Amino acid sequence: MDAFFTKLMTLGGPLLLGAGTTVAITISALLVAVVLGLALALIRLLNIHPLNWLIATYVEIFRNTPVLAQVFIIYFSLPYLGVNINPFPAAVIGLGLNGGAMLTEVFRAGLNAIHFGQREAALSVGMTPWMSLRYIILPQTWRITLPPLGNYAIALLKDTAVVSAIAAPEIMFWARNLVTSTFETTFVYILAALLYFCLSFPLARLVDGFERRQRAWQ
Amino acid sequence: MIEDLKGFLSVYAENWHDWGPQIYEAIWVTIQLTIASFSLAVVLGLLLAVGKLSNIGLVRGFCTAYIEIARGVPALAVLFLLYFGLVPLGIVFDAFTAGAIGLGMSAAGYIAEVFRAGIQAIHKGQREAALAVGMTPMMTFRHIILPQAIRIILPPMLNMVILLLKDTSICSLISTDELMLRAKDLAMMSFLPMHLFLLAGAIYFCLSWPLSLITRKIENLMQRGRRQTFGG
Amino acid sequence: MTGPLLQVEELHKSFGDLEVLKGVDMTLDRGHKTAIIGPSGCGKSTMLRCINYMERPTQGHIHLDGELFGETQSDGAYKPMNEKGLARQRAHVGMVFQGFYLWPHLCARDNIGIGPMKVRGISKAQANELADAMLEKVHMSHKANEFPERLSGGQQQRVAIARALAQQPKLMLFDEPTSALDPELIGEVLNVIQELAEEGRSMVLVTHEIRFAREVADHVIFLHDGVIVEEGPPKQVIDNPQHERLRAFLRQIVEH
Ligand SMILES: Nc1ncnc2c1ncn2[C@@H]1O[C@H](COP(=O)(O)OP(=O)(O)OP(=O)(O)O)[C@@H](O)[C@H]1O
Ligand SMILES: [Mg+2]
Repeated sequence: MDAFFTKLMTLGGPLLLGAGTTVAITISALLVAVVLGLALALIRLLNIHPLNWLIATYVEIFRNTPVLAQVFIIYFSLPYLGVNINPFPAAVIGLGLNGGAMLTEVFRAGLNAIHFGQREAALSVGMTPWMSLRYIILPQTWRITLPPLGNYAIALLKDTAVVSAIAAPEIMFWARNLVTSTFETTFVYILAALLYFCLSFPLARLVDGFERRQRAWQ
Repeated sequence: MIEDLKGFLSVYAENWHDWGPQIYEAIWVTIQLTIASFSLAVVLGLLLAVGKLSNIGLVRGFCTAYIEIARGVPALAVLFLLYFGLVPLGIVFDAFTAGAIGLGMSAAGYIAEVFRAGIQAIHKGQREAALAVGMTPMMTFRHIILPQAIRIILPPMLNMVILLLKDTSICSLISTDELMLRAKDLAMMSFLPMHLFLLAGAIYFCLSWPLSLITRKIENLMQRGRRQTFGG
Repeated sequence: MTGPLLQVEELHKSFGDLEVLKGVDMTLDRGHKTAIIGPSGCGKSTMLRCINYMERPTQGHIHLDGELFGETQSDGAYKPMNEKGLARQRAHVGMVFQGFYLWPHLCARDNIGIGPMKVRGISKAQANELADAMLEKVHMSHKANEFPERLSGGQQQRVAIARALAQQPKLMLFDEPTSALDPELIGEVLNVIQELAEEGRSMVLVTHEIRFAREVADHVIFLHDGVIVEEGPPKQVIDNPQHERLRAFLRQIVEH
């Protein structure tokens, strides 16, 4: 029993450190993705022709290629253009761009789900288009997009595992290192999987709650 | 600018006799991996969905736990556990098998939820069918139950194929010899990472985009069907 | 300020190839009420929505209180007004929609208060005070904290009316305010509108409630195919219609 705990302590420490990085990457990439997705969805509302086309192309490309390929291109290919980049920012940029494409569609659907009368009523009381967006449309969009946003956050958390491939020091990266130094293969990988589960499970419960509340609204 | 692009593209032309056959071979592995993992996910997902609706508490509990865990753990962690983590216990898979099983087991949790929604539609359909007097059971299944279930199941299933196709790339990290690994190996040998990763990305896109278009078409079709059902 | 409150000159509106309004004129003096009637699709809503520039007219001009609405003029040339200026002008015109369009994420009081708060920059406390006063006007004080989804259609429409009143508008526009309501809820909304009319507010009202129009309005316009076919005092237009189309329209309404 004591041996088990010693093992848990020595192996769990680095993995927890990795979990910190995993959370940091997730939150940073989520921020990038939300800002990017919302901005692009709003720009698409303006219906400016070349911009529309550019955004749609970006979305299609990033939604139809593996996130690992995206991260590799950013990490291994930017130096080729004379830009050197560390694993952490490369991971955040790669995952963030990927998420931006996903969330553009999520926000677009959310914005489109709101009846045009909502905006007209806002304009009719003398709000500017910007005010109507800020005080009337976005708060409602937010409510609609919260569940898919939560689901995306879970998917993102899981996707961070792939950035171990560019040596970003998150859970899987530490797990691989620990295995090479201790040969505790089974134990370490089970522990890693468990750690991910502990991070994503509360999020999943939260999303469930959102969804239940949403159904109650309808 | 144009010259740069020409120079960039000429690299492909120069190396194609070497890269081409290897890439073709790897694409084929990627496709096989997608099909194998999807098949496993469908079978396992169906079992889990039925199990989750079962009356036996133990079965229900197991299936619920499985689904939650599969949805909460990254596929990559599952792959590592299967491929490396089971070796000390004497369980050894080759990289392809581990990849297919890992992706399939991971996706099964999601597929199970899709099936569950479909099964619940069938239950609802049956209630409605009971009211639709004068239809034979065959007719009710064909005209009432099946359309409802397919409408719910088909689009997320197709999305799952796309997701799996993209996710096969992570099998490169357990050395399954698919497209991503081959691109990475060639990149390391030729010192041309940009060329090879862009090429790999483009190939994934060519495989995935048609599927996306078809999925969207079908989604729209289902939506139209829905409007007709409820519209006056 | 002398002159009419609202002046609509030669109003045209097309959607693509479809010409919905084909030259409509109207004037409304302060404290007067005009009702617009006409068959479905004749352009009543479009006309109302052009008045506050929710739709931009293809031709023609609107003047509110002597001021050119939705456009600026220099050297005889008209230019569309920017969104800020348009918003400032729209704040003087209250609009009530067939579909209510209360904002579902705000309670009744905030639905009323948020406009004045953001548009005129009054404080939250002042906005609440204003909202409560308006709710009292539409007999909805007891539902101030309720969210729209928990209100009946008639109650929602009364809150929507209060929202428009809170703008302290010079002019109120009503677009079939009772058409989406169950018959038993129509009365409460018409009562509120009638009370507003008796206060001497200026309003333009699109409605299918001919009897109500006859009672409340001092002028009735019959719109058909994008032109005014007949207009005048309600007693004349409704009780003694001249045009065959208007007669047919009124017959059909009565049958329902
Ligand atoms: N945004 C738009 N784009 C295209 N056509 C429109 C638009 N808005 C209205 N129309 C068309 O203009 C015509 C007049 O519409 P409008 O809503 O003004 O009619 P209405 O008199 O208010 O009818 P109702 O009594 O049914 O409300 C209709 O044929 C309608 O289809
Ligand atoms: Mg109308």
